[in-house]
Amino acid sequence: MKIVVDFDKCKSNAVCMGVAPEVFEVRDDNFLYILQEEPAEELRPKMEEAVRTCPAGAIELVG
Amino acid sequence: MAEPLLENITVVGASLAGLRAVETLRREGFAGRLTLVGAEPHLPYDRPPLSKELLAGIWEHDQILLRKAPYAGLELELYLGNPAVALDVGKRTVTLATGIEIAWDGLVIATGSQPRLLPNAPALDGLYTLRTLDDCFAIRTRLDAGARVCVIGAGFIGAEVAAACRSRGLDVTVLEMLEQPMVRGVGSVIGSVLAELHRDQGVDLRCSVAVDAIEGDGKVERVRLVGGAVVECDLVLVAIGAVPTTDWLIGSALTLDNGVVCDSSLLAAPLVVAAGDVCRWPNALFGGDLMRIEHWTNAAEQGVFAAHRLLSGDADTAFAPVPFVWSDQYGIKIQCAGRFKGTDRMELVHGALSDHRFVAIFESAGVISGVLAFNQPRQVMIYRRMIAERASFSDALSFAAANQ
Ligand SMILES: Cc1cc2nc3c(=O)[nH]c(=O)nc-3n(C[C@H](O)[C@H](O)[C@H](O)COP(=O)(O)OP(=O)(O)OC[C@H]3O[C@@H](n4cnc5c(N)ncnc54)[C@H](O)[C@@H]3O)c2cc1C
Ligand code: SF4
Repeated sequence: MKIVVDFDKCKSNAVCMGVAPEVFEVRDDNFLYILQEEPAEELRPKMEEAVRTCPAGAIELVG
Repeated sequence: MAEPLLENITVVGASLAGLRAVETLRREGFAGRLTLVGAEPHLPYDRPPLSKELLAGIWEHDQILLRKAPYAGLELELYLGNPAVALDVGKRTVTLATGIEIAWDGLVIATGSQPRLLPNAPALDGLYTLRTLDDCFAIRTRLDAGARVCVIGAGFIGAEVAAACRSRGLDVTVLEMLEQPMVRGVGSVIGSVLAELHRDQGVDLRCSVAVDAIEGDGKVERVRLVGGAVVECDLVLVAIGAVPTTDWLIGSALTLDNGVVCDSSLLAAPLVVAAGDVCRWPNALFGGDLMRIEHWTNAAEQGVFAAHRLLSGDADTAFAPVPFVWSDQYGIKIQCAGRFKGTDRMELVHGALSDHRFVAIFESAGVISGVLAFNQPRQVMIYRRMIAERASFSDALSFAAANQ
């Protein structure tokens, strides 16, 4: 499973970081950083939640 | 916990909460008949851009579709442009405007909310509210023609529309009854920051004023204020809040009181759940107070939760999130989480108001009840977590002091 974020759409509102801080981090520069591009399989439910709750529809799970 | 074996689920309201509900039902393995009913002719689309990118003219309809994957994968029976007009909880049927009767053994109510109207408003061309894509395009056409805009109400939507008008170089007047924009929600300190922001951007913001009449000959020409002042304009947007869409449920045996009243698991009646702007439920995180929330994240989360509730029959898990909302105005990300009143004690813990980059936290009964920030999304999520954990206000202050 790979996390792909469309940075043109991302609005850096950090909702994904609220769901899974181990994968998504918005830093003080207000940019989103992906801490693990290929998170472990047990994180899938959280990743799906991040996809569903991203207000910009910017996150995609591949694989 | 009884596991009802559902075969026939109907979701009424084809927007954010309704779409998340049908997606969740399929994802969790519901293989029966699934019907989605919507009053609007459009497939589910995203509303926040209606007062932002779409109105500003930088986005189009295809950029706000809520579901990117094909609908075929959901195997829906889809009725669009065909509102439900009646619900019979005993017979388990929903009747649509065209007379079609749909039987169900599980029902999700997700009919959202609609703009509150001004009492006694005249029927004039150029008088609008903003809730739907059609509203947005109608207003946008007027903006394209250079309309002079008068917005009544400086809440989230009114403030965003003003910002969108200024981004297009249009004259805009905002009329607010209270002493500051959004003052009930954000308090007078941040309310005055917002007021200054709008005025700096060229909005003619008039607070503590009351509208006497909207006047014109067939079309909007002016708004008259109590006291006699007059705002000349071609378009009036009434943005004075929203009311839950429950008219179709009157007489249905559900409890209606500023929304569909549900239990803590979002159940409104046996086999009936509600989600989104229409739902009023006791949030256990805030002492079980009945809440109704009109924000995006809540509708998305409740759509998922309510669908799961229906399928699993789990009555014991409560829906108890920390409410979260954002607003974009003049490139500033305004975000709030929690539940607080403008009158709660507030402390500024990071940044400076004048830089438009700060974090303020609110206190209620010794715990941190809310966070409000401009351009500090990272911090909002950190404090949101503390609110969920009911951290004491003094712990939140110590955390802030240690993280300057
Ligand atoms: C202009 C605007 C800007 C916004 N900006 C933000 C923002 O920046 N941040 C934020 O957090 N939130 C924002 N919101 C709020 C957010 O969009 C709503 O909370 C969200 O849309 C609620 O989703 P919902 O599915 O519960 O209801 P709605 O989106 O209201 O959808 C309900 C749907 O049900 C349909 N319906 C109604 N009655 C019937 C019936 N009888 N039969 C069938 N269908 C029916 C309606 O036509 C509608 O399509 C904004 C809202 C608006 C209008
Ligand atoms: S939730 Fe979406 S928009 Fe927000 S920071 Fe994450 S990817 Fe970006």
